[in-house]
Formats: sequence, structure tokens, C-alpha cells
Amino acid sequence: MYKLILCWRYLRTRWIALASVVSVTLGVATMIVVNSVMAGFSHEMQSRIHGVLSDLVFESHSLGGFPDARWHMDEILRTSGDDVLGMTATVAVPAMLNFQVRGQWVTRQVMFIGIDKKTHAQVGDFGRYLQHSLNREQLSFDLREGGYDTHDSQSDDPTPKRPAMEDAGWPHRRKRVDRERIWREKLEAVDAAEHPTDRAIDTVFSATNNSANAEIEPLVPPVFENGDATDNALPSNETPATNDPFLVARPQEGRTMDPSQEQFVGIVPGIGLASYRDVSGVDRFLILPGDDVKVTFPTAGTPPKAVSDTFTIVDFYESKMSEYDSNFVFVPIESLQRMRGMIEPQTGIASVNAIQIKLKPGVNPEQVRDRLRRIFPAELYSVSTWRDKQGPLLAAVDMEMAVLNILLFMIIAVAGFGILAIFYMIVVEKTRDIGILKSLGASASGVAGIFLGYGLALGLVGAGAGLAIGLAITWNINSIRVGVEWLTGQRVFDPSIYYFFKIPTIVNPFTVSWIIFGAVVIAVGSSVLPAIRAARLHPVEALRHD
Amino acid sequence: MTNSSFHASGDSRMHVAGTGIDAPMMSVHGVRKSYRSGAGSLDVLCGVDLRLERGEFIAIKGQSGSGKSTLLHLMGLLDAPDSGEVRLAGERIDTLSSSRRDRLRNTSIGMVFQSYHLLPELSAMENVLAPLLVRYGVLDWIRFRSQARSRACELLERFGLGARMHHTPRQLSGGEMQRVAIARALVGRPQVLLADEPTGNLDSVSGAGILDTLGRLNREDGLSIVMVTHDDAIAARSDRIVRLVSGLVEDIGEPNDAVIVAA
Repeated sequence: MYKLILCWRYLRTRWIALASVVSVTLGVATMIVVNSVMAGFSHEMQSRIHGVLSDLVFESHSLGGFPDARWHMDEILRTSGDDVLGMTATVAVPAMLNFQVRGQWVTRQVMFIGIDKKTHAQVGDFGRYLQHSLNREQLSFDLREGGYDTHDSQSDDPTPKRPAMEDAGWPHRRKRVDRERIWREKLEAVDAAEHPTDRAIDTVFSATNNSANAEIEPLVPPVFENGDATDNALPSNETPATNDPFLVARPQEGRTMDPSQEQFVGIVPGIGLASYRDVSGVDRFLILPGDDVKVTFPTAGTPPKAVSDTFTIVDFYESKMSEYDSNFVFVPIESLQRMRGMIEPQTGIASVNAIQIKLKPGVNPEQVRDRLRRIFPAELYSVSTWRDKQGPLLAAVDMEMAVLNILLFMIIAVAGFGILAIFYMIVVEKTRDIGILKSLGASASGVAGIFLGYGLALGLVGAGAGLAIGLAITWNINSIRVGVEWLTGQRVFDPSIYYFFKIPTIVNPFTVSWIIFGAVVIAVGSSVLPAIRAARLHPVEALRHD
Repeated sequence: MTNSSFHASGDSRMHVAGTGIDAPMMSVHGVRKSYRSGAGSLDVLCGVDLRLERGEFIAIKGQSGSGKSTLLHLMGLLDAPDSGEVRLAGERIDTLSSSRRDRLRNTSIGMVFQSYHLLPELSAMENVLAPLLVRYGVLDWIRFRSQARSRACELLERFGLGARMHHTPRQLSGGEMQRVAIARALVGRPQVLLADEPTGNLDSVSGAGILDTLGRLNREDGLSIVMVTHDDAIAARSDRIVRLVSGLVEDIGEPNDAVIVAA
């Protein structure tokens, strides 16, 4: 009982010993905050990556893909049907995206992905990342009549940071066509004033796309259609009523497409390709839904040839991961298959590059992957989980966390030496008292126990304080961030660099317990040497000590 | 006079003859102790024989350096002799295991020192309870706590410290501190009390008070006491004076009848 009372008494009366424990407190608090923030980041990143990539990706090695997605899907269901929640086929090829901004052509390297709009949203979070609420419910490659979000629907901030999107859709398209028409008419007026010519030739020459969008179409006649072709079918009965002998040689004239009423095949580019944020935090757009872009991509032949086509932007994709938002561009899979020549002419069976699979919750993706790998030979197919695909990135984050933990634990270990030193001095100071206790019959181990207990008590106090501070900081980290930003005038956490708006934190009780346990072990361990010294003191000599 | 049982004319003393146990309360035989210092070694005790009868109050008198404190420490099991025996109630105690020796120090032998040696963080009451706090673990303490407290209170009251129970040593005078130390030595009901120059740091008035206290404990409670001193007058308060010179007993002394006071 004397050990308990003395421990408690020393704890209460010797405040300076708490100074030695400050390092323990700070170390524990820092470790808790860092681990929570990194766990939060890691989890957010993983769930975003997981949202972009489905659970499993089944793909072939060739650019031409593999035929008959349906058969492959049936095979997959046959072996793993119980685990599969949804599947969708995709075609993906590297491509170049071109669009005009104020007369200048901008080219971007992209991943051109054909998706099945009916099933694609089932395998990931694709739907969430679109900018029009109706598209989020069900994607359509038809341009919408306005209603695009002027604020970021995935953040909590309702302020419109995207005023340019107010007109996006048909209004923007019509405005643009109008402007071009006005421009064209002015030009014609000037021309007519300078060079009065035959009106008929003029009419023939004034084709609708004499704007900068004019191009020589490939020999394949352009087909204006959407996934569910409704009113945008080729107006074949609207040829001009002239017997122009040049008509045949100029395949594109005669097919008047009225861009204010019709669109090309819909395309959904990543928002990073089309926008930037200016200094006042407002997003500005180089192109908007309603604008047209060109994409150049390889066919599925051997060797692949480059083909180009025009598309109309119908929405933007924003996963908040710049790697995908500046790279991905989505079109209807049927269009891409057709344009690349992936459709077998006799059977009509199309090839695909990949099948994305979503598994039921709780299913282990690695098991299903291994099962599929056994069935589909590795020479022809590759099956990967989403983790496999992003392995290096996630592994890097894990390694950072491990290194940080080691470094921070060193802080606590350093604290151990402080405790050792202070305890040693306390034992020296208490030499006489130890002698007294021994003269009263306290055993050597009992006396040592006082100091071990004292070390334990200090460790618990320090770690406990560290826990309280660490949790307080973690749970209020965003308010603290705001405070620090206000104080220093610097942006501490820029959402445009990181993927999130608020610093995400996840407090893992297991991790926290380990941190506290480690800290206490260090505190107790540091008191061992002083305790041994106390135990070894000779009663007579100790009593003589002042 | 020899080592025969101690006669007491007082009333409630423990009398050896009555209980039939002949062994002395404590005895040492041929005890030697030397300390290494620098190059050579210093022989402090060179073969000491001593007997303390039950109920006896003896003084060990000697100059400084005569080894008297060392002898007391050996008797109190704070140290071990290089050779020789130390016996308590006839049983040899210097060769016991350390845990048994710890136990004896806690239960059977009470010690009082010149510098009081109270624990500064504890109150007077807690200091008195200290041997019991060492004796009992947490569970036992819960059982015996109230008994222990009442025993401590009783002792403190008896020594006139009732009002000072919760004061820390810093708030007590020298005489009060020594009385707390005596109370502490007695709380576990030891068989023998060893006092090393108990009045050494006190003024003559307080010192006299302490000696009175010791005398009463011996006469009224029959407590066997060994007191170490260098002062003749103080030694004269005991029943028998043993003179120690250069590590040897020169004179085992005669019972001092003048001290025996009728109750």
C-alpha cells in the first residue's frame, strides 16, 4: 500500500517531473493527429479511385479488344455470378482531343472511352461525377436544355463558382451559332460589296459549316445520331433545290446540318480538360456543353490508322482526381465501336477492350480475380482489381504513413531519455527516504516498485493528455485550419491541389491504443534503471545521505 | 551483576521469569564488522558480545567512532556482520533470507534515529502508519485500515500529538518529530526498540521529554529498549550501561537501581 500512496504523493507534489512527460504528450498527440489525417486521406483517395475504377477490370492486351462482350460476360457470370453485382463493357483508346478557343486550336492527349450509358453507372460512381442532375440519375448523350450546375455538386459549398455553366447546353450552342451567323453575314456583306458574283454559287458555297469548324470529312459520311436517335436523324430530304453539278464532288454540302437544332454524337470530357480556376476562385471554361470538339484516335485495324470525328459536349466528368479529370473523355460505346471498325460486319458482334465488374459488398476482389485468372488465360486476358491498377500510388501512401510513424515514435523515445534522467535525479534526491523505507521493512523490489509505478503513472498522465490534445485537434482540424489561414494569411490546404474540401480524418481506435501503449511502455521502461538503483541502495548508507 | 532476568519493581512489566522463556530479547555474539575505506579497511567492531534481557532498557555508550551506531544497525538488521551472530528471542536472525529480515524489521524491531527520518511528503499520522503501509498490501489495507488508524491515533494522542496529526514534518518541532518517530516505531507492536542517539538533535528540554517517554515505555509497557549515546547523563537514564571502546565491549555494566522508579 505504501507504494501506491507514495506514487500518488510524488505525482501530486513533483510538478517538474511532468515536464519530462511533455514530450510524451506532444509525441502522442502528434501521432494521433497525423495518423488520423493520413488515414482520412488514404481512405478518401481509395474510395475515389475505387469510385472511378470498378472492383475488377477484365481486359485484353490488344488495342482491338476482344469480340463478343456478351459471351464473356456470361462466362464470368457462370463462374462468379453470385459475387457479381453489375458489369459493363468499355472500349478505351489513347486519343487526341482538339477544340478551338477564340480562334486558336487546343490539343490535349486523352483516354478516349466508349461506355454503355445504361450500365456504366452501375459499376462505379460515374453518375455522381456529372454536372447535370438529370444526367446524374441517368446519363444521356443528348445535349440538355440548360440546368447544368453552376456550383460544385460534390462540395458543401453552394456558392456558384461556375457562372459560365449557367447557359451551358442548347442555349449556349444556339448563341454560338447565332454569333457565327452574324459574323458570316457581315463577312458576306463585305465580300458582296467588293466582289459582286453569281448568287447561285454563293448560295452553294455558303454551307453551314464555313465557320472555323469546316473540315474535310472522311470518306465515311458523317452520321448524325445519338444513342437513342430521335430527332437528330439526317435530314436527308433537306437538300437544296439546285441542280448543282458540283454537289456530288463535295460530299459535305447538301447535307445541311443546322447546329442550332442538331448536335453531333455526345461526348463527356473530364472537367480538367476544359476549365481552370482563376485567382478569385471562379471556374472558367474554355469550352462548355453545347460546343463541338474533334477527337483523333486509332482504328482497330492492323496497323491502326488515325481517324477523326466531331462530337458535341453534353456534360463534364469531375471525379476530383486530376489524373482522371484531365484525361478521360467518354462517348457512347456503339459510336466508338463503329468508328473504329470494331463491329464484325456479318454477325454484327462488336469487340470491346474491357469489362468492368462490380462485386457485391463483402466479396473479396482478390479471390474473384484469381478465379477468373484461372479460367481466362493470361496470354490473352488480364484481370486486375482496382488496387492492382493503382498499386504504386496506394503503396506510396502506405509507405509514407509507416515512415512518419517511425519518425514520430522517435520523439516519444527521446522523451524516454528525459524521463530516465529526471527519475535518476529523483531517486538520488530520495535516497534517504528509500533508506527509511528499508529500515521499516520495505523490500528492495518494493522500493523499485515505487519508481516503476511512478513511471507508469507519469506515462499514463502524459499519454492521456496527449490523447486528449490529439483528439481535440483531430476533431476540430478544419476550424484550426481556418484559424491558421486567417492568422498567417496563407492557404494551408488548397482544395484544387488536394482532392477534398475539408481535411478528412479517421480516428482508428486500434491505432490510438497502440500509440498510447507504446508511450506508456517507453515511460515505464525509462524508469527501470532508476528503480534498480533505488533497489540496490544500502539502508545504512542511504540513511546517511542528506 | 550478570545477565539474569531483569527485576522490576514496577507493576505491569513483561517479566521473563514468569513466562518461562529464558532466552534474552536480543543478543549478539562475537560480531565483527569492518568497512573498506580507500586503501585499507577499518575494523569497526572487533568481536562484540551483548545481551538485552526482556523488558530491559540498556544504553550503549561510547565515543564517536567506537562503533556503537554500527552495532545498533547490525542489531536492527540494517546491515549484516562480517562474522558472529545476532539473535532475537534466541533465534538467529542475521542469516535469514532478505524477505524474512524485511519482515522482522517491519514487525519485531522498531528503530528511532537521531535525525528522526520521517518521510517529508507524509503527514504525522501517515508517517506513524508507514510500517503498516509497508506490511499490508492494498486488499489487506482495506481490511485493517480502521484498526491501523485507531492504533496510530492512540499513539499520537499518548505522545501529546493529537493536534498535530495532519501536519507534515516540516511543520513540527524537533521534539514533536522524534515523538512521531517513536510512535512510528511502536505502531506495529515490536518486541524491541532500538534508538540511535534519540536526543542528539534536540535541546535539553525536548531531549528530557523524549527520555521520559522512553523510560515510561520501558516501565509501563515492558518494552525492551537499546539506546545508543555518547552522553553519560543520558546513559544514566537506562537500567544498564554497556561501554563500547574501539569496537569492543569494555564493560557490560551493572543494573542501575537508581533508575527503577516505583510506579
